[in-house]
Amino acid sequence: MDLLTPHLLSIGPLLTLVAVALLVLLLESIITKSEPVSFWTSVAGLLVSIGIAVPGIAVHGSAFGGMLRTGGSANYFSIIFFICALLTIVFSRDYLKKRDSVFGEFYLLILFATVGMVLMAAAADLIIVFLGIELMSICLYVLAGFIRGSVLSNESSLKYFLLGAFATGFLLYGIALLYGSTGSTSITFLTEHFETYASSRLFLAGIGLLIVGLAFKIGAVPFHMWVPDVYQGAPTPVSGFMATGAKAAAFSIIIGLFAQRFVHGVQIGTLLAILAAASMILGNVVAIAQTNVKRMLAYSSIAHAGYMLTGLAAGNAYGRDGILFYLLAYAFMNLGAFGLISFMEQEGEKHLTFDDYAGLGTTKPFLAVLMSVFMFSLAGIPPFAGFFGKYYIFVGAVQADMTWLAIVGVLMSVVSVFYYLRLVMVMYFQDTLIGQTASYSASSAAFVVLAALILLGLGVFPSSLLAIITTLY
Amino acid sequence: MTVDAILFFIVAAGAVASAVLMITGQNPVKSVLFLIVNFFCLAVLYLILHAQFIAIIQILVYAGAIMVLFLFVIMLLNLGTEEKHVDALNMKRSVAVILSCIVLFLILIAIGLPAAGTGGLPASALVNGTVETIGRDLFRQYLLPFEITSLLLLGAMVGVIVLAKKHFE
Repeated sequence: MDLLTPHLLSIGPLLTLVAVALLVLLLESIITKSEPVSFWTSVAGLLVSIGIAVPGIAVHGSAFGGMLRTGGSANYFSIIFFICALLTIVFSRDYLKKRDSVFGEFYLLILFATVGMVLMAAAADLIIVFLGIELMSICLYVLAGFIRGSVLSNESSLKYFLLGAFATGFLLYGIALLYGSTGSTSITFLTEHFETYASSRLFLAGIGLLIVGLAFKIGAVPFHMWVPDVYQGAPTPVSGFMATGAKAAAFSIIIGLFAQRFVHGVQIGTLLAILAAASMILGNVVAIAQTNVKRMLAYSSIAHAGYMLTGLAAGNAYGRDGILFYLLAYAFMNLGAFGLISFMEQEGEKHLTFDDYAGLGTTKPFLAVLMSVFMFSLAGIPPFAGFFGKYYIFVGAVQADMTWLAIVGVLMSVVSVFYYLRLVMVMYFQDTLIGQTASYSASSAAFVVLAALILLGLGVFPSSLLAIITTLY
Repeated sequence: MTVDAILFFIVAAGAVASAVLMITGQNPVKSVLFLIVNFFCLAVLYLILHAQFIAIIQILVYAGAIMVLFLFVIMLLNLGTEEKHVDALNMKRSVAVILSCIVLFLILIAIGLPAAGTGGLPASALVNGTVETIGRDLFRQYLLPFEITSLLLLGAMVGVIVLAKKHFE
């Protein structure tokens, strides 16, 4: 056996995904009317990738001279990304037909972005982190502007691109300072020697700039300005993909840096706690004032970045495992909600306000029930999975003597119930408007139902997933 | 003061001056030309650090290829002298200047002004910059990042074509 083979075998899910992406690229260039072929190839490829990633969770290792971590958390995150990509691709097909933009390149870009995310989660070196972030972001910039005839979509793409490039500057500067102060870009080295360098101001400045760059990607306050506009203008399934996949990918890096060994100390813990509190407060309070459901979910995603940062600030295993649980649950509930919105949306970015959902409970009871499930889960009401995610995170904060942060989190969750349940109320207790239509295929409907069932399953049996999560790091 | 140090201060002053002139200039073509001056200054700084390969790449890729693209775009867009939007921007600009100064100040504190400039180059730096060492590292330790770069470029290419193509079939 030659030297390379064991390395290649250990990154099976990543290689499979890259192969699928390249296959779709080839199909696109060879076949005319290639869209259906690309669609089914992507779906099948993602299912196979999930199948390959699942058994690898139990293994822990590294590959390519310490460039990648394999198995464990890398595979867990990969599965989250594959699920996000799968749901996004399925939902977007109906949606793109409505917007007159059904092209196979869409699936290709989703696959490439997912490759970037997998690299971010597996990265054991800051160079891989940077390459993964760029691969993901460049694809997302294009996906946000995929509806080329729409001014909102163009605005979304350009805004995301300019601010994203700016944030990348911070990230790179941070990496440069870390290299300058330690002589290494290896995340393993940095976490092992964190305490040695923690007194170096150059090192701390590097960490600070790195946090700025990553906080932009997760949309935490005060680096959240782009979130509402970008999510509103981007094609609806893409907004869901950015809120779940891209956010989980950025979190995987932050967790890898600060929560592998819990070494971040008081300074960085306080910094993360402040970001968390600000995100929870601003996201939830401003979400109340929204009339557009996509903007409401955008502010809700800022708030959720805050909840998850709370788990990180806690700096203990409870908080970390809470985030890992919540990221998976959040992927299902948020993508489900964005999927349903994309079913309802009509040509020219219409039917996106709360009023357009009036009386949905009587006209389309199927969609209304599902939407209610996702809203209840986002609000953190048991028995849905959203509740347990928040529960673990807040317990982690209390155990870390950050009770104030947990109190802020619980209070803001109460505030959030108001706007999530407002949508449910509008659907069931207001008179129907005329002209409500929804268009979706059987496969999309099946996946939304599946997402709702998984949320219920995770909510009733959270310990089965948690047992796996505790073995990841 | 050694020759290296004297050269450093001259070139560094040139880099800062050209960067400032670039962002304050009203004419986009002039800005681009100052940017080229800036790139050349940076290349000399790399040379002082014994990073020959990076220095050459800096000139070939940035001052050469990327700058030509910049000039092409500016000429295609046919930009005249920029209209002054001073009223709307004045407030934002002063806030931006203050914030930038604060960031600069904090970074200078972090780096530790007196500590910088002492020491000199480590012995390994003398050979690290050659094409040979970079090539060896690139295809051994950094093989994976090197390969990922090709995916990144491919993804970017697909993206650009999707956005720029006139008619989709």
